Amino acid sequence: MTTSSNPLALVAELTHRCPLHCVYCSNPLELSQRANELSTEVWSRVFREAAQAGVLQADFTGGEPLARPDLTELIRAARATGLYVNLITSGLPMDEARLASLVAAGLDHLQLSFQGAHEEIAAEISGTKSHAQKLRVLGWMKQHRVALTLNFVIHRRNLDQLDEMLALAESSGAGRVEFANVQYYGWAFANRENLLPTREQLDRSIEQLNAAQERLRGKLRVEFVVPDYYARFPKACMGGWGRKLMLITPEGDALPCHAAKIIPGLTFDNVKDCGLREIWDSSEAFQKFRGEDWMQEPCRTCDRRELDFGGCRCQALLLTSDAAATDPVCSLSPQRGKVDAILEAANSPAPQVNLPIKPIKIDWLYRPNPS
Amino acid sequence: MTPDLNSKPRLAPGCRLNDKSQQPRTLLMPERALRLNGPSLEIVERCDGQHTVQQLITDLQKLYSKAAPEKVEQDILGYLKLLHDQRAIDFEAAQGSAS
Repeated sequence: MTTSSNPLALVAELTHRCPLHCVYCSNPLELSQRANELSTEVWSRVFREAAQAGVLQADFTGGEPLARPDLTELIRAARATGLYVNLITSGLPMDEARLASLVAAGLDHLQLSFQGAHEEIAAEISGTKSHAQKLRVLGWMKQHRVALTLNFVIHRRNLDQLDEMLALAESSGAGRVEFANVQYYGWAFANRENLLPTREQLDRSIEQLNAAQERLRGKLRVEFVVPDYYARFPKACMGGWGRKLMLITPEGDALPCHAAKIIPGLTFDNVKDCGLREIWDSSEAFQKFRGEDWMQEPCRTCDRRELDFGGCRCQALLLTSDAAATDPVCSLSPQRGKVDAILEAANSPAPQVNLPIKPIKIDWLYRPNPS
Repeated sequence: MTPDLNSKPRLAPGCRLNDKSQQPRTLLMPERALRLNGPSLEIVERCDGQHTVQQLITDLQKLYSKAAPEKVEQDILGYLKLLHDQRAIDFEAAQGSAS
């Protein structure tokens, strides 16, 4: 058995219900039903067990966590165990009183997601009118001494609005802004061709973000994640499989990462049946790609294997059909050509269209709301 | 930015020390955590909006009396700047002075 130290972060997917329908949602294609969601009591036990196992931070996410009527209680329960409570939210549905009750319950950090710099793009991406509500939430947040992050998910369709997004973050009073390029799993994988930025867009955005980091040092922390398709080496996905993070789905399955359920043959333990520490130490899913024994060449003998842990297992599966392969974004992977072909398509000029030209209408695959 | 000796550092919104009963002592902040021990813990415990930077330096010079006082001062100012750059602390201006 490969040794495990202890988890540091618990990602609590409280529900898959969500008023938004974002085309890059990180939830699985098969969404959990409301009737199967864990109760307040089970979540409270999970938080206690997590704190005992050494977890420092809990990320409350979804779906939309605000869809849970017991969210205030859940925050209070997590905070009582000493966990640092992050709420990752779209800000819908929320009003001033509800925000105040979340803060009073012990919320440490609110992360408000944005789909762009203004309503038009936000509505296209999320399939919902939500931008004006987010601006209201920013206004209410000024009364609270709680950390605030603005999360912008960036991609081909909004990357050219970066200056406006930065200006919004600066004027919001947030301490932190995160620009996360879409990662291509689940819904984003299905919509990839309309989301993957061009190299020119990406280079320009990196320049803008580096300059913003310099300019705003000490005022606003600017963080960004580049799309790994354009990288030479893979990301250390989740900080390594089963090394730092544990995700609990709305129905209680314990996963090493958001997308792990797509990997065939993996079985997941459920927090209703097992303690969190036991799952962390001995669950088959957490053991499967922990450490180095599972690695193939070129990872097995690579000097970088302790830096990136072979990259992302789900990406390896999606692009090479083998979850144990080297992440194909790696320039050392024999299958890097597959990623290069995708990039080439994203960077070729649009084909000539014969007249009459129709307005471009993207055929998005929107994420539905589970029943 | 060098911290003003009369300003009072305090933990920024969303930054807090974990409970005394929990080991190791850790500064919890958005998307990160900083393990603290010895002088770093002594410093962060005093970032409470009550102690001025000068008081903090004086306290630590007493606690670490074997170290050269100038070295202690330098290290503290460097560490406070680092915490500020990380958005872990704010400096509340001394009364009556412009910030």
